[in-house]
Amino acid sequence: MVLGAADRTAVRALWLKLGSNVGVYTTEALERTFQAFPSTKTYFLHLDLSPGSAQVRAHGQKVADALTLAVDHLDDLPSALSALRELHAHKLRVDPVKFQLLVHCLLVTLARHYPGDFSPSLQASLNKFLSHVISALAPNCH
Amino acid sequence: MVHLTGEEKSAVTALWGKVNVEEVGGEALGRLLVVYPWTQRFFESFGDLSTADAVMKNANVKKHGKKVLASFSEGLKHLDDLKGTFAALSELHCDKLHVDPENFRLLGNVLVVVLAENLKNEFTPELQSAYQKVAPGVANALAHNYH
Repeated sequence: MVLGAADRTAVRALWLKLGSNVGVYTTEALERTFQAFPSTKTYFLHLDLSPGSAQVRAHGQKVADALTLAVDHLDDLPSALSALRELHAHKLRVDPVKFQLLVHCLLVTLARHYPGDFSPSLQASLNKFLSHVISALAPNCH
Repeated sequence: MVHLTGEEKSAVTALWGKVNVEEVGGEALGRLLVVYPWTQRFFESFGDLSTADAVMKNANVKKHGKKVLASFSEGLKHLDDLKGTFAALSELHCDKLHVDPENFRLLGNVLVVVLAENLKNEFTPELQSAYQKVAPGVANALAHNYH
């Protein structure tokens, strides 16, 4: 699914609106992922995953920063995310399917916080953008 | 079989009581067609699906969404026997409609997003977790009689 001009505009506008709160939503998305899809916890044995954990919040902020980086480099995601790809694909060896679960929970989180604003076309644009991010993190992406 | 605790079952049922099944069905089906456009392949006779707006306002989409969610509601009353409950629908979707069961999983996840949008703070992580067990249970039951 190509990330067209309208998709990019929508994603950038959303990011401006979310402002410094991106970390709040990515943290909630992580918490939801761990709760709904317990197999994802196997990648975080080194973290305290209890509710409200500061470590989860810190990781949520890392995810937020990475997504913000992605939003700023929509024209060249593979290059912008190459270090993160190296980390996730080769060092941490995360099954790429797991990223889909986090993406789903991020959509759920945003729908929860922005009912009314979270239109079907925004959901479609966001889904496409996040699919591109996931592809850029996959091991076979150059 | 879906493994929900007694508490999860009560929570799922209680929350469902607050859902406007008619509207949520249309919303979920519409969003499926917008977010995953290849799913439109099953609905070519539905009329104008050319834009997100057209999809969401399409009367056939709303009507079919309502039908789909009514079935889902029925499933919620029979969480211990989803395969039995959906046996006939499974055969229909395989033999007559030729729908790839992957689409049931996609719709399940879209439904979860719509529930979050409609129920906001009530759609806690715990409730989402329970629905994330129910939705694939229904999807698997619908896929069960495929051959």
